[in-house]
Amino acid sequence: MPLDTSLKRVMVIGSGPIIIGQAAEFDYAGSQACRALREDNIEVILLNSNPATIMTDLDMADRIYIEPLNVEFASRVIERERPDGLLPTLGGQTGLNLATQLAEAGILQKYNVRLLGTPLEAIRKAEDRDEFRTLMRSLGEPVPESWIITDEAQLAEPASSGIWPLIVRPAYTMGGSGGGIAHNIDQLTEITRRGLALSMRHQVMVERYLQGWKEVEYEVMRDSNDTAITICNMENFDPMGVHTGDSIVIAPSQTLTDREYQMLRSASLRIIRSLGIEGGCNVQLSLDPHSFRY
Amino acid sequence: MKALLVLEDGKTFEGISLGVTGNTQGEVVFNTGMTGYQEILTDPSYAGQIVTLTYPLIGNYGINEDDGESRDVQVRGLIVHETSDMPSNWRSRKTLHAYLTEKSIVAIQGIDTRALTRHLRGDGVKMGTITTNETAEEAISRLQASPRYDSVELNRLVTTENTYLWNRQSTSPDVYDPTSKPTEKFRVAVIDCGVKYNILRSLALLNCETVVFPCTATHAEILSCNPHGVMLSPGPGDPSHLGYLVETVRRIVGIKPIMGVCLGNQILGSVFGSRTFKLKFGHRGSNHPIKDLNTGKVYITSQNHGYAVDPDALKDGMEVAHINLNDGTVEGLKHKELPIFSIQYHPEASPGPKDSMFFFEEFVRSFT
Repeated sequence: MPLDTSLKRVMVIGSGPIIIGQAAEFDYAGSQACRALREDNIEVILLNSNPATIMTDLDMADRIYIEPLNVEFASRVIERERPDGLLPTLGGQTGLNLATQLAEAGILQKYNVRLLGTPLEAIRKAEDRDEFRTLMRSLGEPVPESWIITDEAQLAEPASSGIWPLIVRPAYTMGGSGGGIAHNIDQLTEITRRGLALSMRHQVMVERYLQGWKEVEYEVMRDSNDTAITICNMENFDPMGVHTGDSIVIAPSQTLTDREYQMLRSASLRIIRSLGIEGGCNVQLSLDPHSFRY
Repeated sequence: MKALLVLEDGKTFEGISLGVTGNTQGEVVFNTGMTGYQEILTDPSYAGQIVTLTYPLIGNYGINEDDGESRDVQVRGLIVHETSDMPSNWRSRKTLHAYLTEKSIVAIQGIDTRALTRHLRGDGVKMGTITTNETAEEAISRLQASPRYDSVELNRLVTTENTYLWNRQSTSPDVYDPTSKPTEKFRVAVIDCGVKYNILRSLALLNCETVVFPCTATHAEILSCNPHGVMLSPGPGDPSHLGYLVETVRRIVGIKPIMGVCLGNQILGSVFGSRTFKLKFGHRGSNHPIKDLNTGKVYITSQNHGYAVDPDALKDGMEVAHINLNDGTVEGLKHKELPIFSIQYHPEASPGPKDSMFFFEEFVRSFT
């Protein structure tokens, strides 16, 4: 893919605090992005709230703003710096959310800032659990039984499905915070109530809990020419049911045969292509330890 | 038990015996794939070679009953850093060590495979031997007395003895009856220089039954099964031994669509005026980027070849279609007018990425 020479100055949104779902790899990815941009003589403006990262070292960017990662401060930086483009896809969930908010507040349009990397529409498709599920079904990719809940009254259907335990995942929160596993109707109601309050979109997904399945991830990249590659895969040491933040992950996978490895790799590439992602993406899959079901 | 790996240049690595004891010799090569050791061990293109797996821990998912790529283990020997004796996978039936022992393969573990790989990369692949009962000096003199990898035609050793049939129901070669009607929509004749089963499985999924001929079959024998297309298989060794096969294929050009894979690419190159040369350390692994010159697309491919086609001498309408992005060598050919093309890498994957499986579809489309 050739270099886009219309970009002279690019603003990068940094990784912010390092917590579950917003881990140190985003600092690494963001630092590499800054380096790659400067290698091509593009001026880099960095916005990051976390001074204790590698990317906020003095030689990483041309100008560094250590400010809160919210619309108010980001708008002021944009107003002052007038970047040609905004690169939000290397700052983890924080960067994606902030870019979405900046676009919705009309800031990007007002200052004529191009959103680089994955289009917002693709981010929305990947983040909105209902849209994502519909897309997976259209691709023929298996997804567990699930229900989108925006109102407590909608819990009647999953509660009467006979599927237990169920997992509750709020949309648009970091590392799925605010979610939990429900073994009965009381737990389901309580966790859903908490999740709805924490979700930016007031939406949670209730789905079959794949306890004991292998947890496998692929780091995938795609460019606008539709070249897509997997950087690596990873296998969680503990199965589904143990939070990644309480476990360790090993790259590459250790207990997958080549057939399983390639089956999940092909699925990851189909998914990133169908979403239209331009940039990096983490695809998380779960594999039955006793069959090829995933 | 102690084992030695001795290279022809005298470089010696001390390790621990794996598989059976004894000694073995072959060309020492390396594969960088992180998965797929069972497929690699059973790939006939590794005949005559001792394979080093650069991934440091091998055998973690054991050995199963269905991931073999031919009827037997094909490598001459195996070199790994560390094996696992506690496999974890639902299909696993035995450990790597048990499998190698059952198949009487001499192998070695506990050596610095990274140092070995760097040596082969810097200096080129070379003959070597693994021994559990000789000194390094004894091993070297035995190695010097044995034939070099390039000096023998290995294809006749790995090709099928009898013509056989493979269709969607097959899990191993079925009996071929020349008077039978095709069992699938299409029939493909495969010239077996060391075919991998996944080529046959991939074609079967596209409604093709395959009739697999020994590499010494004549063009008349091959055409007598009335195929829709002819597939030139991968295989081991120096393609310059295969002058007879080049002549066979020359007589099929213009009569049937032809697809070549790996060695098949080199054969087609020779049919169209080119020759092959030996690569310094070959391409063996599951992450080789290639560029399709027609579409500009990049695929990540599975590769296993030690020779490449010289692009300069190609003639009579044959053109370079794909190149390797690591070293720029030829990775595929396509004829300007005739339905003839070939791929130097492995669209059938197994092991490796399935990015280029669609070439089988392209082949089948040329039947109608």
